[in-house]
Amino acid sequence: MNSGIARILPALLVLLVSGLLAWFVLSTNAPDSPYRVKLGLDLAGGTELVYRADTAGVPGDTQGALNSLRDVIDRRVNLFGVAEPVVQLEKGSAVAGNSEDRLLVELPGVTDVEAAVAAIGATPVLEFKLGNLEAGTSTEAFTPTGLTGRYLKNAELVFNQGMGAAGEPTVLLNFNDEGAELFETITTEHTGEVLGIFLDGEPISVPVIREPIPGGTATISGGFTPTEARDLVRSLNFGALPVPIELVSSNSVGPTLGAAAFDAGLIAGLIGFAFVALFMTLWYRLPGLVASVALVVYIIVNLAIIKFIPVTLTASGIAGLILSIGMAVDANVLIFERMKEELKGGKGVREALTIGFGRAWPAIRDGHLTMILSSIILFWLGTSIVQGFALVFGFGVIVSLITAVSVTRVFLKAILPEDMQGASRTLLSSGFTLKP
Amino acid sequence: MTIVRHRKILFTLAALITAAAIGAIAYFGLPLSIEFTGGSLVEVAYEGERPDLATIKEQVDAAGFSDTVVRESGENGVLLKTHTLSPEEHTRLLIALDKGAGTTTELRFNSIGPSLGAELMSKALWALAAVILAIVLYIAWAFRRVSRPVSSWVYGATVVLILFHDVLVSAGLYAFWAHLTGAQVDSLFVVAILAILGYSVNDTIVIFDRVRENLKKNDELNVAEPFEEVVGRSVMETLTRSINTSVTTSLALIALLIVGSPATFNFALVLLVGVVVGTYSSILVAAPLLIPLAKVFKQKPKKD
Repeated sequence: MNSGIARILPALLVLLVSGLLAWFVLSTNAPDSPYRVKLGLDLAGGTELVYRADTAGVPGDTQGALNSLRDVIDRRVNLFGVAEPVVQLEKGSAVAGNSEDRLLVELPGVTDVEAAVAAIGATPVLEFKLGNLEAGTSTEAFTPTGLTGRYLKNAELVFNQGMGAAGEPTVLLNFNDEGAELFETITTEHTGEVLGIFLDGEPISVPVIREPIPGGTATISGGFTPTEARDLVRSLNFGALPVPIELVSSNSVGPTLGAAAFDAGLIAGLIGFAFVALFMTLWYRLPGLVASVALVVYIIVNLAIIKFIPVTLTASGIAGLILSIGMAVDANVLIFERMKEELKGGKGVREALTIGFGRAWPAIRDGHLTMILSSIILFWLGTSIVQGFALVFGFGVIVSLITAVSVTRVFLKAILPEDMQGASRTLLSSGFTLKP
Repeated sequence: MTIVRHRKILFTLAALITAAAIGAIAYFGLPLSIEFTGGSLVEVAYEGERPDLATIKEQVDAAGFSDTVVRESGENGVLLKTHTLSPEEHTRLLIALDKGAGTTTELRFNSIGPSLGAELMSKALWALAAVILAIVLYIAWAFRRVSRPVSSWVYGATVVLILFHDVLVSAGLYAFWAHLTGAQVDSLFVVAILAILGYSVNDTIVIFDRVRENLKKNDELNVAEPFEEVVGRSVMETLTRSINTSVTTSLALIALLIVGSPATFNFALVLLVGVVVGTYSSILVAAPLLIPLAKVFKQKPKKD
């Protein structure tokens, strides 16, 4: 009696834990749940932008400059009104001999690449340049003064009350102390010359310096509409970028294509599971059915891991999961084939079970080890598509090592009878032809 | 035993298939996707009926994108492949598409700079090299105790030989498929090839593992069974397992192929081919190959 409880108890425990995990998986699908599945941009729809950060011109603390670049972009992305954006710094791959710095921006739900790029990248670089009116207003005719948007404390929108058109929107620039000093020096030394205010290399205002300007404020009144002036103030306040960036890759997937890909993956997973479970049950009968139950446990555990960590699920990740469903039963196939041999050799059912597991173990271990090794290499070297696959597949291989071996063993120990007569013999045979 | 007895025919067939695969790769080539070469990919769906591909091509050419390749995609969509577009060029291209034949909705836009593409390419090659190296080291370790009648490195060399066969045949079929459908080599293809590597090795090792076990058993029981028969018996003993595992894996892949996302169709196809190739090569070629190799590289039993 005691040994009976000892046999069945572990199986009940596995069922209980699986049930709890299943409850976790099923109860956390609400949109506001912290554990709902995180979908990659290819499934949820959205835009991914990769920028190269040119740190060549940044003196001193490169990492600090990159961090503040990330912060600036992060603020802008939030301003753009995106839910759960990702802004992160990346290094180019070391193996490619290319260690450039990159900035990765993920904008879920955004499919208008142009608007996104405009909001992030096309921020004005403000420069003050000296020149003379005779040479025209082409950029080449001006010489940089060293005064740039970097010395800007803030910008504000005022409506001009004095000279010129009344109520004309004007941008008021407040320099920091260093900038104020520089501005005063420039206006003192170059009175009578033209001080062009350039935005992204384009002159927006080319006033003549009439007198030295102390106090650290300058005004730009370039005939703006109120909206233009407000946008300029907003862009200037969020600062010129501390590190120049260049868009090197953009990737955008419409929400319909993404949703279709997710649904298709889900259905493929269900059908794939049904095929495999059906085959296992038809071929291996009772043990096959047990292996199918273990496969359900396998899927539940995997989904729980994906939700809990969380792993961002991509189309390639779903493919990895489906592939691993097919390969997860390999361990069961190895074990059941060994069991069958032992049964043929006249061993008792439970003895055959124990020997079968022991004999199959080296092959199972070797196979799983090579696959785990491959997953690690893929994850280490891969791009986001490859990593999405490697992560799900790698976890799948580790989980299948537990479910296909331990869970199957626990269940089989609980339900297999000691002797094999009649019905149980049929249940334990395999293949489609029965030898009596 | 049939398998082992008719090994010469099997070797010839395998050699012919491999030669055909190499020929297919050389003749059709393996076209690289923009992921590796750099470039832009634009997929749009027409709201009404899709205009002629030639008309679309003209529209796009007129807008200054003469290096664009236009392909059908889905029922009323087109896929355009061109050089790396700047955001402004991208807008111009979309406007050009909208002209004349009704409104379009953009489904997808991928753009990758040339240097990033080159980096991905070298990453992919490194990943391949790293996986192959890891596998060779692993086999050398796993079979370190087997030395009779062939030394352990013969097993290792055979596994690697079969591995090349499996990858070449899969890639050869893909080259033909790419020729027919315009499919391309992208990072998912590389993942599929790496997965085939793992599958092929696993499949071969299970059989070799049985050879190793049977040799040991014979040693212990002092049975003088010819090597040829040991190999034949090992293949037969592991046959059901080899076939069943490839059946379950194929079933999952077929589901992915038929109802899965179009994004993973080619991936599933390459893997399915790889699984079938990996299974026949390990049963019909890898194990029988041990016999002639054993004759050439016979190790004399140590005298203790």
